[in-house]
Amino acid sequence: MSTSHPTPELADATLSPAPLSPLDVTGIDAALTAALTAIAAASDLDELKSARIAHTGDRSPLSLANREIGQLAPTDKAAAGKLLGATRGRVSRALVARQAELEAERDELVLRTEGVDVTLPAERTARGARHPLEALQERIGDVFVAMGWEIAEGPEVEAEWFNFDALNMDADHPARQMQDTFFIDPPSDGLVLRTHTSPVQARTMLERDVPIYVVCPGKVFRTDELDATHTPVFHQVEGLAIDKGLTMAHLKGTLDHLAKAMFGDSAKIRFRPSYFPFTEPSAEPDVWFEGKKGGPGWIEWGGCGMVHPNVLRAAGIDPDVYTGFAFGMGIERTLMFRHDIADMHDMVEGDVRFSLQFGMEI
Amino acid sequence: MPRVPLAWLAEWVDLPEGTTSTTVGAEQLAADLARVGLEDEGLHGAAVTGPLVVGRVVSLAPEPQKNGKTINWCAVDVGALNDLDADGGRTVPRGIVCGAHNFAAGDHVVVALPGAVLPGPFAIAARKTYGHVSDGMICSERELGLGEAHDGIIVLEGTPAPGTDAIELLGLGEQTLEINVTPDRGYCFSLRGVAREYSHATGATFRDPAQIEVPVPSGAGFGVVIADDAPLRGQAGADRFVARIVRGVAAAGPSPMWMQRRLTQAGMRPISLAVDVTNYVMLELGQPLHAYDLAGLVGPIVVRRARAGETLTTLDDVVRRLDPEDLLITDGAGTGDEPGSRVLGIAGVMGGASSEVSPTTTDVLIEGAHFDTVSVARTSRRHKLASEASRRFERGVDPELAPVAVQRVIDLLIAHGGGVADPTGTDVDQRVAVEPILFSVDLPTRIVGVEYPADVVRGVLELIGCAVQDTEPGFLRVVAPSWRPDLTEPIDLVEEVARLRGYDQIPSVLPVAPSGHGLTPAQQTRRSVARSLAESGLVEVLTYPFVSPTIHDSLGLAADDPRRVAARLANPLSDEHPELRTSVLATLVEAGRANVGRGMTDLGLFEIGLVTRPVPGTAAAGRPSIETRPSDDEIAHLRAAVPPQPRRVAGLLTGNAEPAGWWGAGRRADHTDAIAAVQRIAGIVGVPLTITADPDHAPWHPGRCARFTLADGTLVGHAGELNPKVVAALDLPTRSAAFEVDLDVLLDAAPVDPRQAVPLSTFPIAKEDIALVVDVAVPAADVFAAVQEGAGPLLEELRLFDVYTGAQVGEGKKSLAFSLRLRATDRTLTAQDAIAVREAAVAEATRRVGALLRGA
Repeated sequence: MSTSHPTPELADATLSPAPLSPLDVTGIDAALTAALTAIAAASDLDELKSARIAHTGDRSPLSLANREIGQLAPTDKAAAGKLLGATRGRVSRALVARQAELEAERDELVLRTEGVDVTLPAERTARGARHPLEALQERIGDVFVAMGWEIAEGPEVEAEWFNFDALNMDADHPARQMQDTFFIDPPSDGLVLRTHTSPVQARTMLERDVPIYVVCPGKVFRTDELDATHTPVFHQVEGLAIDKGLTMAHLKGTLDHLAKAMFGDSAKIRFRPSYFPFTEPSAEPDVWFEGKKGGPGWIEWGGCGMVHPNVLRAAGIDPDVYTGFAFGMGIERTLMFRHDIADMHDMVEGDVRFSLQFGMEI
Repeated sequence: MPRVPLAWLAEWVDLPEGTTSTTVGAEQLAADLARVGLEDEGLHGAAVTGPLVVGRVVSLAPEPQKNGKTINWCAVDVGALNDLDADGGRTVPRGIVCGAHNFAAGDHVVVALPGAVLPGPFAIAARKTYGHVSDGMICSERELGLGEAHDGIIVLEGTPAPGTDAIELLGLGEQTLEINVTPDRGYCFSLRGVAREYSHATGATFRDPAQIEVPVPSGAGFGVVIADDAPLRGQAGADRFVARIVRGVAAAGPSPMWMQRRLTQAGMRPISLAVDVTNYVMLELGQPLHAYDLAGLVGPIVVRRARAGETLTTLDDVVRRLDPEDLLITDGAGTGDEPGSRVLGIAGVMGGASSEVSPTTTDVLIEGAHFDTVSVARTSRRHKLASEASRRFERGVDPELAPVAVQRVIDLLIAHGGGVADPTGTDVDQRVAVEPILFSVDLPTRIVGVEYPADVVRGVLELIGCAVQDTEPGFLRVVAPSWRPDLTEPIDLVEEVARLRGYDQIPSVLPVAPSGHGLTPAQQTRRSVARSLAESGLVEVLTYPFVSPTIHDSLGLAADDPRRVAARLANPLSDEHPELRTSVLATLVEAGRANVGRGMTDLGLFEIGLVTRPVPGTAAAGRPSIETRPSDDEIAHLRAAVPPQPRRVAGLLTGNAEPAGWWGAGRRADHTDAIAAVQRIAGIVGVPLTITADPDHAPWHPGRCARFTLADGTLVGHAGELNPKVVAALDLPTRSAAFEVDLDVLLDAAPVDPRQAVPLSTFPIAKEDIALVVDVAVPAADVFAAVQEGAGPLLEELRLFDVYTGAQVGEGKKSLAFSLRLRATDRTLTAQDAIAVREAAVAEATRRVGALLRGA
């Protein structure tokens, strides 16, 4: 459009109005008004393009008038140039502005027509899950790791000596009969499925140097038939602390801390006297929490006590120098009360729908 | 566990008003006992509710029935509960049909009126029967849960006013508390023990039922010899045996109703006066007792161990083969027979049928003995015979009780069955004195964390019955009371102080542990593996490790497959599942089938768990003493006896791995999903695995099984599609895929040192694609490795992006297309560089696997 030589079509009189005089202020003003009106009226980019050609093209009145400036008397040139310059500037700015508006409108329209139903199902891969008993064991482990404790482990098929004898339960001990033990055949091999996580206590005391602060979450086994509240395979978390100066108050403080981590800040622990061969004094901790189904209240939570001097001696630890405490909590029980699970079957049958309810975190 | 009738308890310790008759009162008592360690196992409250009153039989008319029975149509005066007369007064006796005949007009009986509920529960209503409307029921003992008698209705003694509340009169509103007694509290298997503990819990006044005057015998009684020639663990089987005789007693008659009621409340069945009295005294004092028909005894009584081959028919009519460890009560069978030749009973466990009290018994011998806990416990266990006596003896009975309890039996027998006690008596007493405990008064404070002043400590010990003496400063000499054989060490006394002062006194103090090391790298990595598998869409499940030996066949394991060597339970819950799994897959497949059965057909499961791989020929685990730390050899031996239990991770995939949806079809799970899971695990652990085809590893498909090994050849696991035969045998969906790897092997191989970073080059990338034609049988991994190594250090990334078989490459061949991304760390690569890499890669592939550049 910057070339100025006329083309044959441009000579066509029907398309070529008489040139407007660059000094015709009224005419130029009318051309300006016509241009601005046409630009404003353009409702899409095509119409705007037509308006641009009509009002700024080579054969538009303003362009033609501009071309006439050269013919003017030198004294008129400046004024005419100024007038036409300003006028064409306004048209040009109006075009740019309208162009931007219409482009934005067009873009918006395009995006609108590209719209989809974002509520359609979007996950094209199956979602997995952790088993909540495993996730809960990890979480309990983290509560203790945060306090500087470590996590100990032990086998599930265990020597009777670790499961019973080392815990102050010799073959004739009445408590040994209370625990319904699975024996490996032949029983003379001295192997059992561990009835509690406490043999890890014995192993830990033989392996590690005092002071000891460990927890051991894991599977345990008793010869109970599966029903709504019993399962032959279940989980406990064992805790063991051996140090100078540990007392039952420290045991209570530790369980209080765990109770709050599991059941909320208002949870608390109370002790009832009980009996375990490997602790003396022994207690059964009850936990109170607000969110208990049926209203705030106490539930039985496990067993605990001060490590029996005989157990310390069997591990070569001097009970006159060191004291310790131990506890064992049922993970299933914790999960049931924390998450309102009424029936043990759901936890142990391997039904994926159970795990999927919980997802990854617990 | 023992049941404590609270009205009975109230005889020996003061109970607050309402405790014995109201649920609220009984619950408070249960809470008080729980504070000292006797856990509530259930409250057995009033068994009868509603109107149960005394009735006076005004008249009775026998009416024979067509069925041959005769019923009595009775008019019964029930006082204020009578029917209305014409003037509105309650004077009209109730009409009641009764089938019993052991009563007459004028007798006072127990009447349940409409609205009453008897044990069963059995609701009483007016009902039409035998042509009358029976407006209530005249009750027998059994109908009220008072005893076994049901051949007649209860005829009350005396003349209680008609309309009197019979619930209170008969004690039917009395509460009974069942408690759990821990093994150290044997003495709480008695009213005496529970009353004492209640006194400790509340301060209520305790009256010891064992405070009974026992007259000094005028001379030797029935002969008794304790002859234990094989004590267990150095303990004589019996160290005390008291025998006394009562003559002319109605031993086989019924015991009084109140006694029957209490026995029933305590969970025992009334039998006869002699048996009931011995049981009653046992429940009250805790001393098991036995009544013999004196006429059948041929003295002396000999307490001895059994001889091989001896048998005894016990009171429960079971013939028991006796073991030489069993302690027996014996006598001479007949005149001239060897003393001790006839077995009367198993000491402390159960009597024999031959010497029991019979309907003709008039003279009885009462035995009160003290037997060793271990001996009784072993015998009870051996014969699977737990009796009221064995339960008490194996927990420990107060050895002072025997003469007292026998005296109490004699007193009750004479009171309720007549007769005269022999002035003579036998008390063979071979007890060893109880050792005093040297007790540091600071110990309770040191262990419990509560400041217990010395006088408090001493006070508690005296309260529980200890004899306490001062010795050196800071120490006490403590002799435990005879009923507390569990108190043998200073630490036992600490618990007494803590529990009697109250566990609620113990403050809550969080201990400060020394700084720890957090999770071990293995623990950390195991969590990552589980989380990553779950994030990849698999669901974690937990299965029981119990399997049937037939699982090995279903899995298609060869006869000599090491996975058939399984640990077996001696006492499995189910005889069908006696073995412990040797692979996680063995139990995971069952969970898979169960899920599919419940409609979860698109399934990805995984489990991380231990398997048991016993090593045949391993020596049995020892049982070192616990007096001191076992030697290192003993510890090593114990550890070695425990079978290896590697931690495995296994997965099972079936149905769609990616779901179908509005976007189109889903993608079925196949062997690649299983293989990818293993590679994902290895990636997390940071161990490169070698993958090869394994045509011979059950339960996988021989053509679709990948074997994974460490660089040194150690087996890590397998993945792929399951063998169709296995799939059919296990009833799994066709084309199910699975993996199982040994996580311990992987974790042991994990790099220990921190991973060292490779600096990132910012020079531009050069890309080359090559397609190599090889024999179909050449594994892609081999070609990949050849290209990778041939390309050298400029290779940044290698991808296999296409596999083609068909006419263009010829029969028996395949084309593998690779894209190579090349980059140098120090310069921009030139075209010549890229060509050189490409040629080197192709050359190495040609050399190793005979690859030809496609189109070349």
